[in-house]
Parts: sequence; C-alpha cells; structure tokens
Amino acid sequence: MKKNTWVNLGFQVGALVLALLITTLILVAAGAPPLKAYLSILSGAFGSTRNVVAVLITWSPLLLTTAGVLITFAAGLWNIGMEGQMTLGAIFATGMLRLFEHAALPPALIIILGILAGILGGAIWAALAGALKTFGGVNEIFGGLGLNFVATALTIYLVFGPWKRPGVGSMSGTQPFDQALWLPTLPGTELSIWSLVISVLVIALVYLLLRGTHFGLRLKAVGKNSKAAFLMGVPTWQYSMFAFLLCGAFAGLAGGIQVMGIYHRLLPNISNGYGFLGLLVAMLINYQALWAAPIAFLFAALNTGSVQLQIIYKLDSSFAGVLQDLLVLLVLLGEGARQRFIKKN
Amino acid sequence: MELNTLLVGLAGVLAAAAPVLFAVIGETITERAGIINLSLNGTVLLAAMGGFTIAYKTGSVPLGFLAGMLIGAIVALVIAFSSITLKQSQVAVGFVLALACRDLAYFLGVPVLNQSGPRLPGWSIPVLKDIPVIGTLFFKQDLITYLSYLIIFLAWLWIFHTRPGLMLRGIGERPAAAFVRGANVNRMRYIYTIIGGAIAGLAGPAYSLSVKAGWMGTQSGLDGIGWIALSITIFGGWNPLRAAFGAYLFAFLQWLGLVLQSKLPGIPTQVLQVAPFPLMILTLLLVNISDAEWVSRMLAAMPERTRRALMKLLRALRASPPASLGVPFESE
Amino acid sequence: MNVELKDIYKTFGAVRANVAINLTIPAGTIQGILGENGAGKSTLMKILSGFFRADKGQILLEGQPVIIQSPADAIKHGIGMLHQDPLDFPPMRVIDDFILGRKGNLPMGQAEAVQDFKKLAEQFSFSLDPETYVDSLTVGERQQLEILRLIWLGARVLIFDEPTTGISAAQKEKLFAALRLLASQGKAVLFVSHKLEDVEGLCSSVAVLRQGVLVGEAKPPYVTKQLVEMMFGKAISVGARNPCGVEKEIVSLSKLSVEDYRLKVRDVSLTVHCGEVIGLAGMEGSGQGLFLRAVGGMTRTVGGKILIDGRDLTGRSYQTFKAHDVAFLPAARLEEGLVPGLNLTEHFILAEEPKGFFINWEKGRLLAQRRISEFNVRGTPANTVESLSGGNQQRALLALLREQLDLLLLEHPTRGLDIESTIYIWSKLKLRCKQGMSIFFVSSDLEEILQYSDRVMVFFSGKVTPPIEAATLTTEKLGELIGGKGWPTKPGEQVSESTSGKGA
Ligand SMILES: Nc1ncnc2c1ncn2[C@@H]1O[C@H](COP(=O)(O)OP(=O)(O)O)[C@@H](O)[C@H]1O
Ligand SMILES: [Mg+2]
Repeated sequence: MKKNTWVNLGFQVGALVLALLITTLILVAAGAPPLKAYLSILSGAFGSTRNVVAVLITWSPLLLTTAGVLITFAAGLWNIGMEGQMTLGAIFATGMLRLFEHAALPPALIIILGILAGILGGAIWAALAGALKTFGGVNEIFGGLGLNFVATALTIYLVFGPWKRPGVGSMSGTQPFDQALWLPTLPGTELSIWSLVISVLVIALVYLLLRGTHFGLRLKAVGKNSKAAFLMGVPTWQYSMFAFLLCGAFAGLAGGIQVMGIYHRLLPNISNGYGFLGLLVAMLINYQALWAAPIAFLFAALNTGSVQLQIIYKLDSSFAGVLQDLLVLLVLLGEGARQRFIKKN
Repeated sequence: MELNTLLVGLAGVLAAAAPVLFAVIGETITERAGIINLSLNGTVLLAAMGGFTIAYKTGSVPLGFLAGMLIGAIVALVIAFSSITLKQSQVAVGFVLALACRDLAYFLGVPVLNQSGPRLPGWSIPVLKDIPVIGTLFFKQDLITYLSYLIIFLAWLWIFHTRPGLMLRGIGERPAAAFVRGANVNRMRYIYTIIGGAIAGLAGPAYSLSVKAGWMGTQSGLDGIGWIALSITIFGGWNPLRAAFGAYLFAFLQWLGLVLQSKLPGIPTQVLQVAPFPLMILTLLLVNISDAEWVSRMLAAMPERTRRALMKLLRALRASPPASLGVPFESE
Repeated sequence: MNVELKDIYKTFGAVRANVAINLTIPAGTIQGILGENGAGKSTLMKILSGFFRADKGQILLEGQPVIIQSPADAIKHGIGMLHQDPLDFPPMRVIDDFILGRKGNLPMGQAEAVQDFKKLAEQFSFSLDPETYVDSLTVGERQQLEILRLIWLGARVLIFDEPTTGISAAQKEKLFAALRLLASQGKAVLFVSHKLEDVEGLCSSVAVLRQGVLVGEAKPPYVTKQLVEMMFGKAISVGARNPCGVEKEIVSLSKLSVEDYRLKVRDVSLTVHCGEVIGLAGMEGSGQGLFLRAVGGMTRTVGGKILIDGRDLTGRSYQTFKAHDVAFLPAARLEEGLVPGLNLTEHFILAEEPKGFFINWEKGRLLAQRRISEFNVRGTPANTVESLSGGNQQRALLALLREQLDLLLLEHPTRGLDIESTIYIWSKLKLRCKQGMSIFFVSSDLEEILQYSDRVMVFFSGKVTPPIEAATLTTEKLGELIGGKGWPTKPGEQVSESTSGKGA
C-alpha cells in the first residue's frame, strides 16, 4: 500500500515534469527565454492586486463549468456542449434584461430574473443534447459540438441582427445595459463578489451532491455500470437526462454571469473556451470535486498570466492552453503507464 | 447566373472540399480499424500551420505537404500508443490532443502569421481540361485537388476490393475473429491509425498551401473543420464514397451560403457558414434514429404498409459503425 | 495428420482450466471431447489452435514438436477450429467472410474464390449462397461456412467446439455426414460436446474432462452410465427439504411463452408455493436463462400470464416486478450485478430505499459492517467490489438483497466459488426460504440442482420438462435429460415423475 502511494506520486510528478519540459522546448522553439517567460506568467497572474483580481474573474466561470462537467462525467457522459450551453445562458440573460430594461421593476429583481433566464437557457440547450442522445442515438460529443456551433451562430445573428447597436452591428457586441443592471462589483474593480460567491457555492454544492447524497451516488452508479444500476432499481435514462440538465444549468449560469457581471452586453464568443477548459480541469483532477477549486484557480492564473507573454514577448496567449493541454495529456498517459507498471510488477 | 460562372463556382467547391475530404478519408480508414482519432480538429490546424511554415521557410511546397503528413502521423501515433498500449480512453486522449494541437498551432504560428508565402500552383490537365463542362469543373485545379479525387477511389478500392482491406474491415468489426484468421490485430491497428493520421494531416497543407494559402491564425476559417469531418465520417457510414458525397455536400452548402449572402443581406456571413452544423446534427439523427427503442415501438404500432416504407427508408439511411470501434483488443 | 497433446497446463488466475492433459488423436478418426460446462474443453482446444498459449506442455504433429504461439502459427500447421460461438463477420457477405484471412495477391480474387466455394459446398452438399450476408444465415449455415473456409485454408486437423448447439436436426445430420467425410479423407477431427448422444453416435474414441483434468477415455461400445459418471463425478445424496410450512402461492405461471432470436420456450405452466426452490437445469443456452429473466420482467413474454403473489404482472417492467418483491441476481457479477469503482458501503446505500436527500454515511457504514459480518464477506466497508474475490462478491450480492422478498431469481449462484462459499451461500438462501421466500435458480452444476431444489425443470433446446420432484431424480437421470436423452420423441408423450422415479 505504502509503496503504491510512492509509485503513484512518482508517475504524477513525472507527468508534471515532462509537461514542463516539453513546454520549455516549445518556448525555446518560439524564441522566448523559458525561465523569464515562466516568471512573467507568474507576475502576470500574481504581480499586482489588479492581476489577482483578473485571475479571480476568470476563476469564477471556470469553477461553474467544472462543476457542471463533474456532474455529467459522474453520469458517464461527455458533455462537450458546455460552450454552447454557456452561450445560450448568455443569450437568455441578455434577452431577459433587454425585455425589462425599461420596465418599472426594481433592478435587483431584473438581475435575478436575468440570472434565472441564463440558467434556463443553458438547461434547454443541454436538454437538447441529452434528448438527441437518449431518443435519437446521437452521441453526445457530436450533438454537443454541433449545438456549440449553432449557439455561436445564434449569437452572431443577434449581435448583427435584431439586437445590433444603434447604427451598425459590430463584433464588439450589443449595446451595454444600464449601469443599474450590472452585478455589483468591488469598488474600483470588475470583480463581482456575487459571481464569486455563487461559483464557490455551486462547486461546494456539486461536491456535496456527489459525495453525500443519494442522488449523487445513484448518478455515479449509472455512470459506472448502468446495467447494474438498472437492476438495483435506478431509472437510468432519467438520471442521464437530469445530469445534462444540471450541467446545462451551471453552464447557463456562467454565461449569464459573464453577461451581467463582466461584459454587461452580449458578445460573440462569450463562452471564451471555459467549457472546454472545465472538461480539462475535471480530467486533471480525476473527477474529484474536492480538487476543483485549486486546480481551476491554477488554470485561471495560467490564462491570466500568459497575457503578459503576449505583451512582452509578442507570443500568442494560447501558450496557457498549450501548457494546460499537455499537462492533462501527460497525466492521462502517466496513468496508463502506471497501470501497466503495476500490472507488470 | 451564367453557366460559366456557375461552373467556376462549382469547381471552387470541389477544390474547397479537398481538406475535408482528406480528413474524412483518413478518419474513415482509422475507424475501420477500430480506433477513433478524435484529435482531428487539432491535427488539421497544426498540420496547416506546420505545412505552411515549412513551405515558407524552405520555399518548397512539397516539403510543406510532407510536414503536414508527418504531423498527422505523429499525433495518430500518440493516440495509438495511449489507446492500444496504455489502454487509456480514446475519447479522452483524442479530445485533449484536439485542444493541444490547436493551441500549439496558434502559439507556434505567430512568426508566419499573415505572411505571404508559397502556394501550390494551379495546373490544368492537358486535353482533359478542354472537355466541355467537365473540363472546367474537374480538370482546371491543382495537384492536391486531383489527389483528393484519387484518394477517395484508392481508399474505396483498398477497403472493399483488396485482401488487406478485407482484413482491415474484419479487424474493426470483430478483432477476435480476425485474430483467429492469423491477423496481428494490434499491430495492424497501429499501422492504420498512423496511415489514417497521415492522410488527415494532408488536410492542413491542402488548406494553407492551396485553398486559402497562408496562415491567418484564428482568422484562418479552418477551426471546426475537423469536428465536421468526424461527423461526416459517421454520415458516410465508413464508406469512402458516401463520405466523399458528404464532404462535397458540406462544401457545396458553404458555397451556397456565400452565394445567398448577396441575396439576403440581412443575415451575417457567419450565420450562413454554420448552416451545415444543424444539418450535420440532423443527418446524424437520421443515421442513428432507427436504433432508438421508441422508434421501433412507434413503427410496430403503424399500419403495415407505412411501416414497411418507413423501415426501408430508415435502413437505407442507417450507418452502423465497425462493431468494435473504440473497443480495445487483448488476445487473452 | 496425427496430433499429440503432451502435459498441457493452463490457469486463469485461480482457475485451473487444464491440468496435465495428455491426448493422442490419430489421423482419420473423430475424437470426442466430453465434459460439463466449465470442464476446460474449450480452453484445451483453443490452446491447440493457437488462440491461447499453454502455461506448460507440448504439441506434436506427426510426431514432431511444433511451436504454436498464435492462430497464425496454427493455420500454418494446418490446424483449424470452429469456435463455440462462430467467429465470423455477421455484416459481411458470405464470400467476403470466406476469403478473409486467406493469403494471396492484393486483389481479393473473388471469382476464383466463388468457384472454389461452390465446388467445396457441393462436395459436402451444403447449399449456401455466396452473395448473401452472414447475419442472414442460421447458426447451422454459419458453421457450414466455417467448415468450408477451414478446408479451403488447407486444414488437416479440424476442431469443432460444441457444434450441435442451436442447430436443427436436419442440419445436425448434414454436419455429422461432413465430419465423417473429413475423417475418411484422413483428417484428424476433434469433436467437443456435452451431449452424450452426439458423442456416442459419432466418435471413434471419447476423452472426458472434469474440472480441467482428463478423467478417462472410452471406446465404443459406450456405456452411458459410465460416461455420465466420468462427466459429473459420483452420484451424491440428496439434501433435506424444508418447506416453509404455509401453503401460499407465490408464483403462478400459465402457458408462459418466451423467445429470442434462436430459441423458443413454449407454454410453461407452473405454480410455486412459498419457500419452494425450483432448479432450472440444462446446458448453457437451452432456454433456462431466457425463462428466468422472463419471470423477472426483464424479457418480454410472447404469451401466457405471470402472477406474483396473486397479482397479474404479465408484460410489466422489471421495476414493477421489483416493487412487488421480486429480485434478480445475475451471473455476471461485475458486469450486471455490482458497480466496479464503488465500495461496499456505497452498494448497501444504493440497495436501500433512499430516505431523505443526504446520505447518512455513518449509518451506511454500520449497515455495511453488520451485513458484511452477517454474510461472512471477507472485506471492509471501504473495499471496492472489484477488489473482492468471486465468492465474496457473491456473498455481497446476497447481503444486498432486501429483507422483504417473495421471489428470488438466481443465475448460477455458486459458479466459480469454492466449496465453503457454496455451502455458506446456500445455507443463507435456505434460511430465507424458511421465512417464506421462493427461489428459481439456473445452474449447470447437477449436484447443486439435486441438492438444493425441491423441484427441477430440465431445459433442452427450448423444450422443457414439467417440474419433477428432485427427490425422485438421480444425477444419472438428470445428466441424460440434460444431454438430450430420454426425452419423448412423440408429441403427446411426457417426461414425467414416474419415469424418472424408476431411476431412483
Ligand atoms: N479467458 C478466460 N479468462 C478467465 N477464465 C477463463 C477464460 N476462459 C475460460 N475460463 C475459465 O476456465 C474454465 C474452463 O472453461 P472452458 O474451457 O470454457 O470450459 P468448457 O468449454 O469445458 O465449458 C472455466 O472455469 C472458465 O470460467
Ligand atoms: Mg466451451
């Protein structure tokens, strides 16, 4: 037992070191001094209060999408449609706000309605993917991907069409909302305490749901062995469908918060890759919700910090992605190698 | 529209379909052996960037194509190694690779971003080009487009009309049965995954050195093509001819979107460009729906003649994957 | 070709599938390999055909030792095997399946292949259309295709693993004629079966395997009693009955019919009282499994009625059956019964009716702890189920059953378990029967059937005997019935208690 723990740790550290080694080589190939580049990422993430705030702003939606995919992964599903679900959340929230922008309602109520609309939008989009899978036999990966593209098109259509700014529509999005309808932020920053609190609550909720409830346990049973779960009396397809709905609701919530807390308008590409990133975080933490917060924070820091690379070294900020992807890839490969190693010994 | 404009437009469709075709044919071969290469979207982007960079640096277009194939083969090797040797989930590894290669392409592509570089020159085939209609349509293209026609038929011939191709089908269908007939299943799976990856890798340079020469990063208009190719593979029922039909249909619809653009100014370009995606979902639905339980229940309740007709239709649309797609094989 | 197997050993984990097996098969003969399910017949044949590698031992052809590491090697040496579950390609055309695996030029050479195919088919008087698809063929026709293919590949040693399962009488005649023809051509033929009748009628010598060991060989004229004894071991005493005391009908089946794509079980009528144990005997795939699942609402019935505790549940879902105190324990413990990756505590919580929203882990752990010790499971509540041994998995499955049950359906309750676990598990089951639960169980272990059933139904190719009092049965009689002997040949005639009683 003891020895195995060391072996496991060895493979994990090995994966990490190898990932760093490869990214270092990539940096060299791109003509950047590796050590300085890493340091500038670090300072870009934590160098100033402003930077830390920027990390927190990224952390919040990432936590939400991670929370969502933890649910679908638990049910044995690959919800690649997160991006689209988030986008639909943003669209619904924007729609709701536009509807009541000039109504004589208290702003707080409109904000709450907006958030609820976001949740609804995400859930509907996820339900579509779920229904395609359950009733149409369309693999959730392809259904989800297709719906992602459709969601993007829908945003662009709205931004350039019915919801375009007075004058001409542009990629910079719809007309910003009245300031009264913004999620309140910390003075002098763009950080909304509300969004932070909600995200942390949601990931805590998912942790509890998967760890401590009958629902979570049954969901896991469906994901790991749906035949046995069925024989034990779990209504299997209903649980899969519900997992989709819940995941979509979280994604929609993230989309709604992007609109109301950060951009205050609908933008093309509002999901910003958070859905895919959430999948990566979930894979890296081996689907253990407990680790979601710190690892999502690390990923958020990488994303924020690598913006510096772009400014200083004229490198593309996709470097953060490269590092994250390679890390997950090597951890997966390391896990395979570990199992082989243990089997051989 | 004048006939000649139409012909030139359609010839453009044939050329524009080449990258999708390579990706689809490569994936079809890989999946025939029972392995899913889900990294396609990343592979194509990285190969496009890599191929253009090499051609730009060396001034040699053929080297650019070679680089694309090599990149495709290497990514495929990682998939094969992780799924066959390390027994990891093909979906997980493929998905991460799809993201990794994409990010890598954007990161490493900065030096050649928006640079003008070499491209594959057009080359009309003598004699054939003078055939009315057909000449303009098919034979006033460039070499890679001709290769794309060829690869459809080569792949089709190989899979359905050669002995090793028969074994390939067997390996994806029922590896244990192929094994008792003397095949080294896992070695063949490695080989076909790598070959399929190399062919899919051609899709990159086919774009960045021919269809739309150059590397424009996120503005290349290439992102997403790999995912489309994956669904066209399903639509194509793992048959190169039907898959080619899907690829051409896709390119045609995109072209149609551009043409309609001028007629419908109210709709932004991007919207028409994604028109194929809902269509893709719809086709996947049609291809798969006959397997759903409620469909058979509904069919059973219908009057005999309607039922017969509907079942016939569904069966024609239906495409069943190689039975062991994604399932690892161990001989003991 | 003369074949010799020398001192062959093969183990799978703790299962000793083949132990020190020595066997010689002269060219031009049909060698029978007889044994009950799990005896190790298929394993031995797969070793000869290169599908498995032996742990130890040697294979000699014409007296020369050969190394067979893979099916490719076996084909090279002229050894071909028709697997129990035909290893062909259902979605392909017959001719494609025929060609697949044959060495040759790049083109498939379909024209010549069709010619050869037709010639060979004629030689064996098989009528197969090379252009149809394999999945449209019957099991018998698929076998014929495999036979032609193996001959075409140049096989001189032919292995047939349970070829008579699932084929019609006419096809069987054809098959036997083909096998005799092959032997007369000087090929060595190995015929694996659990059916006494087939082996007796066909083979020039029979080797009997039991639990991985070659227990004996016999030559014609065969003495059925002796073969049965070798197959199943000595007859054993029948266990004591313990009815529950109350006369209450738990299950009542009237003219129940079920079918799947290969089997039809027709018109089974039966009434079962509380505490009764009904053993369903028969070789794998004879219809007993189908029947069992139908009684649990997992397979749709095509006719008749099922009453559980007086309520008509015909055509209802498994969930409804479950709600009416019916439970089912599948044979594939890790595939269908338990959830790998979850631990025992989690299983116990899953099996309970969920109370409230949150799990009370402490209560769950205590429950798991109590049940684990009650059922003697070697493991802790925190152990994942896949880390338990087979016997402990089965105990865990029993421990997971709800307290209140009217009917328990079991598939191979003690398959792969050691004696101690077997006895333990049955003592627990019998205890529950005393409390009023009835049991249906499928088993291929004759002793288990005789020892623990009150009444027995024997299945053979979808045919069913009426329930027979176990007390009037013997292993010999049961073995014969399972092997297809002693069944009525005329429609009206029945296997009845009185005929079976004579054997006792
Ligand atoms: N691939 C395998 N892995 C593990 N155990 C096996 C495997 N094949 C067979 N066995 C076990 O070996 C024993 C003999 O099986 P088999 O040779 O199939 O018996 P038979 O053909 O006589 O019914 C059985 O206990 C079976 O469970
Ligand atoms: Mg067998």
